[in-house]
Amino acid sequence: MSRTIDAVVSPTQTNTIPADISGQMLDLDEDDDLEVFSKDSTLADGNMFNASMQTSPGSMVNQCKFEEDEEGDSKDIFITVDNPESHVTAIETFITYRVLTKTTRSEFDNSEYEVRRRYQDFLWLKGKLEEAHSTLIVHPLPEKFVVKGMVERFNGDFIATRRKALHKFLNRIADHPILSCSEDFKVFLSAQAWELTTYKKQGPGFLSRMGETVRAVANSVRGVKNRPEEFTAIQEYVEDFSNKISCLDKVTQRIVKEQKEYLEELKEYGPTYTLWSGSEEELAEQLKGVAGCIERCCKETEEQVGHLSDTLVPVLHEYVLCAETLKAVLRRRDNIQAEFEAKNETLATKKVDRDALKEEIDKLEDRVEWANNALKGDWGRWQRSMRGDLKSAFFSTAEKNVDYYEKCLAVWETFLLSQRTEPSEETDRDNTP
Amino acid sequence: MMADSGPKEVAVIGNTDLTSAELDNNIKNTMVEIEKGTSLLRKMEISVAEAEKRTGKNTVNMQELYTVYLIETRPVDALTEGITPDSLWRRYSEFELLRNYLLVTYPFVVVAPLPEKRAEIVWHKLSADNMDPEFVERRRVGLENFLHRVASHPVLCNDNIFYIFLTEDKDWKEMVYETGFQAKADSRLKAVNAAFRVKNPDGRFTELKHYSDDLQTVLSQLLRVRARVADRLYGVYKVHGNYGRVFSEWSAIEKEMGDGLQSAGHHMDAYAASVDDILEEEEHYADQLKEYLFYTDALRAVCRKHELTQFELEMVALDLACKKQQKEELVTGTVRTFSLKGMTSKLFGQETAEQREAKLQVLEHQLKEGEEAVKEKNTESDEFVKTAWVDIERFKDQKDRDLKEALISYAVMQISMCKKGIQVWTNAKECFNKM
Repeated sequence: MSRTIDAVVSPTQTNTIPADISGQMLDLDEDDDLEVFSKDSTLADGNMFNASMQTSPGSMVNQCKFEEDEEGDSKDIFITVDNPESHVTAIETFITYRVLTKTTRSEFDNSEYEVRRRYQDFLWLKGKLEEAHSTLIVHPLPEKFVVKGMVERFNGDFIATRRKALHKFLNRIADHPILSCSEDFKVFLSAQAWELTTYKKQGPGFLSRMGETVRAVANSVRGVKNRPEEFTAIQEYVEDFSNKISCLDKVTQRIVKEQKEYLEELKEYGPTYTLWSGSEEELAEQLKGVAGCIERCCKETEEQVGHLSDTLVPVLHEYVLCAETLKAVLRRRDNIQAEFEAKNETLATKKVDRDALKEEIDKLEDRVEWANNALKGDWGRWQRSMRGDLKSAFFSTAEKNVDYYEKCLAVWETFLLSQRTEPSEETDRDNTP
Repeated sequence: MMADSGPKEVAVIGNTDLTSAELDNNIKNTMVEIEKGTSLLRKMEISVAEAEKRTGKNTVNMQELYTVYLIETRPVDALTEGITPDSLWRRYSEFELLRNYLLVTYPFVVVAPLPEKRAEIVWHKLSADNMDPEFVERRRVGLENFLHRVASHPVLCNDNIFYIFLTEDKDWKEMVYETGFQAKADSRLKAVNAAFRVKNPDGRFTELKHYSDDLQTVLSQLLRVRARVADRLYGVYKVHGNYGRVFSEWSAIEKEMGDGLQSAGHHMDAYAASVDDILEEEEHYADQLKEYLFYTDALRAVCRKHELTQFELEMVALDLACKKQQKEELVTGTVRTFSLKGMTSKLFGQETAEQREAKLQVLEHQLKEGEEAVKEKNTESDEFVKTAWVDIERFKDQKDRDLKEALISYAVMQISMCKKGIQVWTNAKECFNKM
């Protein structure tokens, strides 16, 4: 099924509407079982945190299709994050990563971009995306600091892990039907360093952002009164999921730790047989053989631990962060609804300018509906991603473990073969399950 | 077969009334008999069948809890007739007494060791408690192994005391003490002294001593590291059990992933549980190594006995040489070396001819005795070296065979562990695929 994602135009960038969007806007969703959006909904995009921008519900038509296979053959943007480099200035030392983009999308002027970005830039992008789409699920960024301390920041492993996570972050956004159309995203991928700095300075000023924060706090204190059942269900799920995934994260890290300690002991074990072989005549060869087997098993163990650290640990960690993201998204949705409810109450109880308030309430109502639909749509998408990611990670781990045991088996069987002079009397033992 | 060779006919070796020459002769005869395969084990089935706890008063009249082991014996050909075995109970200290007796009575034999009195070199899961059933069980096996070793030894198997240990309940202890073996035991001081001062021990024994020390060091280290490895492996497997629990809980909140997770969880539980059997099997391997670790003591004991014998020979020979020189000095009237006699003669004057004559006679007598002694010691030493070396070669062959088999069984265990791992993770993989 080809992907016919239609452009979503952010209200803040009215001058970048692609010319041909009108033709695509009214395409109806043919995919029945993925009917996340009401076909004739006319929705305003994003939140109105930016007080200076007015949007009317009818100005935009937003039609999106969420596909099961987001990375189908029609993937039109490829992003890689690599090549970490250290930069030293008078004030600070930091790392930048190369972000390479190859795309055929028309909203990009070129087909290829190469820029350098630092962690701060990724943080900025995430913030902008969450600002513009507060109830969409943005894939988490790797954490700012490692708990152990700042010293770890420039450690090779830490940088490698971070790089991979940043790579995943950008690709997830690229795969997201709505988020990937964000202008901020485009600028992030294409602008040169100084251009980005300038661009960052645009947008709502400090005071208006303060205002938003105050409102958000007020809303969360107020609380929501009539949360729809489905969101309560999602919230309960997220709570449980968060607990389970945190558990799994801890268990897996513990396994890595135990496995590493096992490896350390094993490294001492083999050489003891070699030492022993020095005192023996008849047994020397055999003892050296056993030492060799243990040594080879050591190598396999090392590889297996590496695989676990590279494959399962980061994914579980990512989803621990995801759980927090989900909680935040649910909170933001609640806040939007709370604001709406509050205004409604005011309408009912206080003496105010009813017409102006009514208009505001209508806008808020639309916002609530849009927010709910966005979340619902993204929720299904997130669940599928989660399932795919975790299934793949666990499967890969199990596969590697099978491989590990198979390799060790081969090592010992080879040794045994070299030892047996009378196969007949040994076969019985071998057949014992 | 039991009727043919009753205990009285067989157990000549244990009789300490025999002179050393006769003893040696009997040993030679017995050794010839090995070739005919009359080791006790072939005639008699011996097992340490059970262990039980008893309470009783100990030497300081206090109540104590101790374990007794049931020794069952049965003539081999009676198997088919379904005859119940004879049995008696013995405690560990009696085994120790038996072994000490054998050590003293057959100093040229590398006597099999007993299993540990107290649990040492265990990995943490195994209790170091002597009363722990697992420890008791392993000790039972070790004691049975000891009896088999003795019963299949060409020399030891014919010992009467050993036979009675296996078959007669009452008064065995008194019998052992009556042999007077404790008096024959060489004092530790004597042995250490000899070890330091011996001049020409047989090079092979010196080499053997070094080998024993090396083997002890390396096996101790090996057993320690193995125990640590086992500890760690246990940890790895058991933590996976947590996956089982969490997967199960997680599956409750998932729709499509639920089944896959739930069944994967079961496999993780199985994986965690499998380590118990794996490590128990490995304990047998460790016990085999431990036996040879303890064997090094027996090897060293034989070497010490050689050093002692050799030392005594050297002392006697030295004494003889001394006396010869004294005679020479007396006869020729010259004092070649500085001696007390030389001094006294200088100070107090020479002695009379009668005095000299008397002294000479005494010396002659002593010389004759000395020569006899040297001859005797020489023979003793030679015999010892010969018989000991035969047993050492026997021991070496046994050790190589046993350890070779142990290493093979270790490889088999590793293979089994890998196969189990493959199975579990393949199953888990299938389950994850269904998520």
